[in-house]
Amino acid sequence: MKSEFTLKLDRCKGCGICAAFCPKQVLALDKLGKIYVADSEKCIACGQCELRCPDYAIFVDKVKEEKESVT
Amino acid sequence: MIERSYEKYFRQNRLPHLWCPGCGNGIVMKAIVQAIEKKGWSQDNTVIVSGIGCSSRASGYMDFDTLHTAHGRAIPFATGVKMANPNLNVVVITGDGDCTAIGGNHFIHGCRRNIDLTVVLFNNNIYGMTGGQASPMTPLGKKATTAPYGSIDRPFDACKLAEAAGATYVARSTAFHVQHLVKLIADGMDNKGFSFIEALVQCPTAYGRRNKIGDPAKMMAWMRDNAVMKTAWDKLSEDKKIGDKFPIGLFYKVEEETYNDSYEKVRDIAGGSLR
Repeated sequence: MKSEFTLKLDRCKGCGICAAFCPKQVLALDKLGKIYVADSEKCIACGQCELRCPDYAIFVDKVKEEKESVT
Repeated sequence: MIERSYEKYFRQNRLPHLWCPGCGNGIVMKAIVQAIEKKGWSQDNTVIVSGIGCSSRASGYMDFDTLHTAHGRAIPFATGVKMANPNLNVVVITGDGDCTAIGGNHFIHGCRRNIDLTVVLFNNNIYGMTGGQASPMTPLGKKATTAPYGSIDRPFDACKLAEAAGATYVARSTAFHVQHLVKLIADGMDNKGFSFIEALVQCPTAYGRRNKIGDPAKMMAWMRDNAVMKTAWDKLSEDKKIGDKFPIGLFYKVEEETYNDSYEKVRDIAGGSLR
């Protein structure tokens, strides 16, 4: 599964709620206390981060992967 | 990314909001606009009324006709709006201090009249904006600037209060249970009469820090671990309803005549009906 993140960093206050409730530890806080995507490969696009972000700063969309054609 | 559909209900030039990092108010504000979106209410036909306090700042960020009123007086203002134009959908945003202390009487009398409002109480257990004084909903033993050794005043259960006072829809949810909260608010909007929804929110700055609960995520984990759905709560034996456990869900729902309908009858008798 691939997922596309949209971060509105001007809204992020670095509370860490999204990182704490991420079941796959995809998110982390950077040195300045803002959120960043540390490991997008692990993301399962569950949307828990977006659901509970109090600042509407993170959005996750599922991206459909194109199936590789087997020949 | 496709812009989320609820974003149109926010005043974009006002965001980011001023609430502290990790404050749960933002989560509940989003739940309210999502419930409004679910109901399909138009922005021109919906009025948001709020009192004073952290919670009540929400009206400033929401792109509806909004009223930011005097402390504790959100319900009287909303009553006036609803009586002047019963076709408007009126949502009241209030806090635990605003609703149960300063506006305590307005709250119970709003319930008593069964006026068609949807009241969402943001319960953060403290007066956050003024620096963390104990509110009537600060749990027993919890610290506040006015209760440095722990609060000895027994807290209100706002849901029981609303039910006893005559509200026709009473429910509780938390900032952790977002979808549940959206559903309860939307159902409350469906209800004709006084709908009361208590939303527990975390206040990491004034409440969590003083009571050493930890960061905002830990406060939300506390909600996750201690909230029990009403159906499960009813089956719990008394010895298990201990510690911090509390019920969430729909507590009470009944159909009663609304204040607008009663008032219309008075108008009929007096010969001044608008119908």
